[in-house]
Amino acid sequence: MSPRSLSVLVIDENTVRAAIIEAGLREAGHEFVTVVHDVNGIAQRIAAVEPDVIVIDLENPNRDMLESMFSLSRAVKRPIAMFVDQSDQSAIEAAVEAGVSAYVVDGLRQDRVKPIVDMAISRFNAYSRMARELEDARSELENRKLIDRAKGILMRSRGLTEEQAYALLRRTAMNQNRKISEIAQSLILAAGLLEE
Amino acid sequence: MADTHAITAGFLPLLDSAILVAAKEKGFAEREGIDLTLVRETSWASIRDRIAVGHFEAAHMLAPMPIAATLGLTPIRLDLVAPMALGLGGNAISVSRALWKEMESAGARGVGDPAAAGNALRQVIAGRRGTAEGRLRFAVVHPHSGHNLELRYWLAASGIDPERDLDVAVLPPPLMPDAIAAGSIDGFCVGEPWSSVAVARGHAHIAAVKAAIWKSSPEKVLGVRADWAAANGEELFRLLRALYRAAEWCGKADNCAELAEILAGERYLGQPVEIVLGALEGRLDTGHGLQNVPDFFLPAARAATFPWRSHALWLYSQMVRWGQVAHSAANAEKARNSFRPDLYRAALQPLGVPVPVEDMKPEGAALAPGAGGFFDGAVFDPDKLDAYIAGQRPAGKGSDPSI
Repeated sequence: MSPRSLSVLVIDENTVRAAIIEAGLREAGHEFVTVVHDVNGIAQRIAAVEPDVIVIDLENPNRDMLESMFSLSRAVKRPIAMFVDQSDQSAIEAAVEAGVSAYVVDGLRQDRVKPIVDMAISRFNAYSRMARELEDARSELENRKLIDRAKGILMRSRGLTEEQAYALLRRTAMNQNRKISEIAQSLILAAGLLEE
Repeated sequence: MADTHAITAGFLPLLDSAILVAAKEKGFAEREGIDLTLVRETSWASIRDRIAVGHFEAAHMLAPMPIAATLGLTPIRLDLVAPMALGLGGNAISVSRALWKEMESAGARGVGDPAAAGNALRQVIAGRRGTAEGRLRFAVVHPHSGHNLELRYWLAASGIDPERDLDVAVLPPPLMPDAIAAGSIDGFCVGEPWSSVAVARGHAHIAAVKAAIWKSSPEKVLGVRADWAAANGEELFRLLRALYRAAEWCGKADNCAELAEILAGERYLGQPVEIVLGALEGRLDTGHGLQNVPDFFLPAARAATFPWRSHALWLYSQMVRWGQVAHSAANAEKARNSFRPDLYRAALQPLGVPVPVEDMKPEGAALAPGAGGFFDGAVFDPDKLDAYIAGQRPAGKGSDPSI
């Protein structure tokens, strides 16, 4: 006989990340998950949802407001502790490292809350990884475009084949201990200046 | 210097981050062998959490924060100490244009007369009672902030019950101008430049300044973890010396323009340089005229960086008054000891600069000019803390602050 499923409130202005966390929690069998993107009217939402656990982005500028609400407002008064177990320094570090903070109603058994916080931490980390990879992919694409343009310039100005143009870029990059994309960028810039 | 210590410090985009910023940008940290990295944060909660896990060795903090943490009032357990203050003054109370108009007709005058402004606000609130205009809502940056405690002190001394007669909400400083523009709050108490920004955008008037409510009063401190301070005395002392020199530099009128230029930059406040300069020079556009405010923000003069234990006790007395903590001898002791003038003196000893020899001083007593004092003429004697607390009028029963 398992006790009632905990109610989790996710506050995140980043809708994609919030969706990832929500999906994770639902997959793990949590039925009562509420996602809020905007803190306007948050007091009413908290009063309605009565969350046991609140997960919020560490950098959300409204955290001071939220914390004061817990401690002062009778309507949403939730005796809260941050994270799960205050003596568990590594868990606190993992959460801050991941950029997430979790407020937990006092008196809940740690084994019930910890999986939720761990889930939030791992989903935050997954999101950061994804964002980073996306950024890398984007700059990769940018670099390829730069190199193509630089090759085109060399092919036109020096009458080189595409392979010769690439070989020249690569050799120059190696000699100067720089990236091919940087050499390409300088070349495009120089060509642009010369045209003017 | 042969050995260099890396120190990362968190700050919020406020005028009184000036000393930390100058320590880095003007080379005072480097001269003490400190490689200082400054990280701009979005909330005091974030500053607290990141100092708790060791991302930051030190941080710009609201003066009551180390007291609150040491008293166990924060959601994360943490022992903090304040070995240095980061200046005096720097806050203002601003109100919406509509509210100012009402206050002005009720006798509010310049920012140097908080009694008239408070009296006017009391009349406005009394006039609204029972009408459809609704309760006024003010905002402060944090429950454990000088802003919250000063705003409440000013209201209470003006005959306004900060809990029965209006709402006090919490908002991050950079959002205050937007909130007052949107009409979701009627007033706020915040550090500069955020009042001036709201005035410049045409949405607010400055009604009173901290420098007139409580002269020469503490605002931000340098906060460090107690265990870090104990284990890293040499680094801490170097940092305190660098900050002391930086504060001296900030306090020279000739440097104001350069300091304003640096602070206004995108990495720090990201606000117009003329607004930052006005705040540094105590030349405020109140919305109803340009006003010179003597000692609006003091980075160095009047022992502005000395962490007075009596300041800690006054802040504590107000935390008791507004129900944040119960008064006991043990709690008072914890509050007093969270400010560490002993560390300050030890760090500055090699500089041979004058440093107060006492840890405590009375506030508001008839002393030398420039002594701290409250606008209502009250006297705080830290040696008579129990009597002071017993004599305070606490809040009446009213609704709660919430958004």
